[in-house]
Amino acid sequence: MSNIPAELRYAKSHEWVRVESDGTATVGITDYAQNSLGDITYVQVPKVGASLKAGETFGVVESVKAASDLYAPIAGTVLAVNTALDGAPETVNRAPYTDGWMLKLKPADAGATAALLDAGAYSKLAG
Amino acid sequence: MSELKRTPLREFHAAHGGRLVDFAGWEMPVQYRSILEEHKSVRRAAGLFDVSHMGEVDVRGPEAGAFLNYLVTNDVAKLYPGRVLYSPMCYPSGGVVDDLLVYLRGPEDYFLCINAGNIDKDLAWMREQAAKFKVTITDRSADYALLAVQGPRAAEIVQSLTGAKLGLVKYYHFTEATVAGINCLASRTGYTGEDGFELYHSAGDAVALAGALLAAGVSRGLELAGLGARDSLRLEAGYPLYGHEITADISPLAAGLGWTVKLDKGADFNGRAALRAEKQNGSPRRIVFFKTGDRRIVRADTPVLGPDGAAVGRVVSGTLSPILNEAIGSALVDARSVPAGDAAPGAALTVDIRGTKLPLHLVKPPFIELKKS
Repeated sequence: MSNIPAELRYAKSHEWVRVESDGTATVGITDYAQNSLGDITYVQVPKVGASLKAGETFGVVESVKAASDLYAPIAGTVLAVNTALDGAPETVNRAPYTDGWMLKLKPADAGATAALLDAGAYSKLAG
Repeated sequence: MSELKRTPLREFHAAHGGRLVDFAGWEMPVQYRSILEEHKSVRRAAGLFDVSHMGEVDVRGPEAGAFLNYLVTNDVAKLYPGRVLYSPMCYPSGGVVDDLLVYLRGPEDYFLCINAGNIDKDLAWMREQAAKFKVTITDRSADYALLAVQGPRAAEIVQSLTGAKLGLVKYYHFTEATVAGINCLASRTGYTGEDGFELYHSAGDAVALAGALLAAGVSRGLELAGLGARDSLRLEAGYPLYGHEITADISPLAAGLGWTVKLDKGADFNGRAALRAEKQNGSPRRIVFFKTGDRRIVRADTPVLGPDGAAVGRVVSGTLSPILNEAIGSALVDARSVPAGDAAPGAALTVDIRGTKLPLHLVKPPFIELKKS
């Protein structure tokens, strides 16, 4: 049974988004995703300043088993990337919703997360 | 997954959190906790692997030794009771049918361990080749389970469960031993590059033996290890895997296993003429081992590029070394693209990983220092 925090929003492609109090959005992959991938060995993220469209590939997460594309759950501009993952990608396995975050975005549209799944809907995909 | 074959330990794996996957038609644990952590535990202390999917074959009869020496490239005549031999088994073309271990138990009494995915093919091949010899070939694969205890503390863990003097059993030797009250063929061999034992035993005893080894090992740092760690351990040690570094199209000479091809052993064998010619003329393609200095895994079938950017081969195995923290692998390349010798730093081979060109630093395996006995 994977961990699906109620306060987050989810993409069908297994990324999560948290809208922070300052209006920025933090993005990572879900507990279900990290568990399915197994040992994560590499995370490739875009450059700060990159502009992402919703659904666009923004990077790659690699595990011992396979490499998988990462998809932007909402449109926005990259404000920060988690450089700590370069040396410790396994952080995504250990803490997918906290230390294992991948991007901070300035959302292109403040209401964009409304189109994403809530925890209840996502749990039907990833229970 | 109902059609997959199961070892006697399938429920044991499930109860211990094993993630079961299809491996060569068998439902096997690829990992329990983490492939990387299991790998490190084997290098640091010990790991327990279920490799009961491997095949076992009895070869008996007055011409068993002569038959096996015709069948395999290494010199079976060097065996004495209690000694184990690793050898490729080749086609007349020099390509590899399988690689296997040959055990001599007593006069006219040999025992083979063969790869799980090749059991049917190997038995058909061996029976065809046996026509001219007074020999009996018996498939014992369903009778035996096989547990591997590997790592610097493996011998200590097995010793704690047996009165047999394991210190007298040197690397690539074996003994009959009672381990946790269970009759075993205890073989000081493995596929990790570490010291350790492979314990062949009756399939009906597997659950009891696995439980006893786990109980004796936990306080000594042993953990259950799956086939994921087994693969990264063998690649880090530079051992070939059938279907990757050796195949029907890749000879032992091309794979860097020349030490297992005894052209002058005084007996003809399948592949001898082809392998002699290949040795004289040089292998047109070679297996090379590489590391990249980067964490991105260079996966099997990735094209290998020469200095002018043209493909000169392909990757056949690739993983992340959990010890070196960088990608390691092996590739089959045009021999003209690499200077002679085991390591060829000037080769200037590269791979393209999602648009990034990474150099392959050629390495003579093992990738890390090994301390096996």
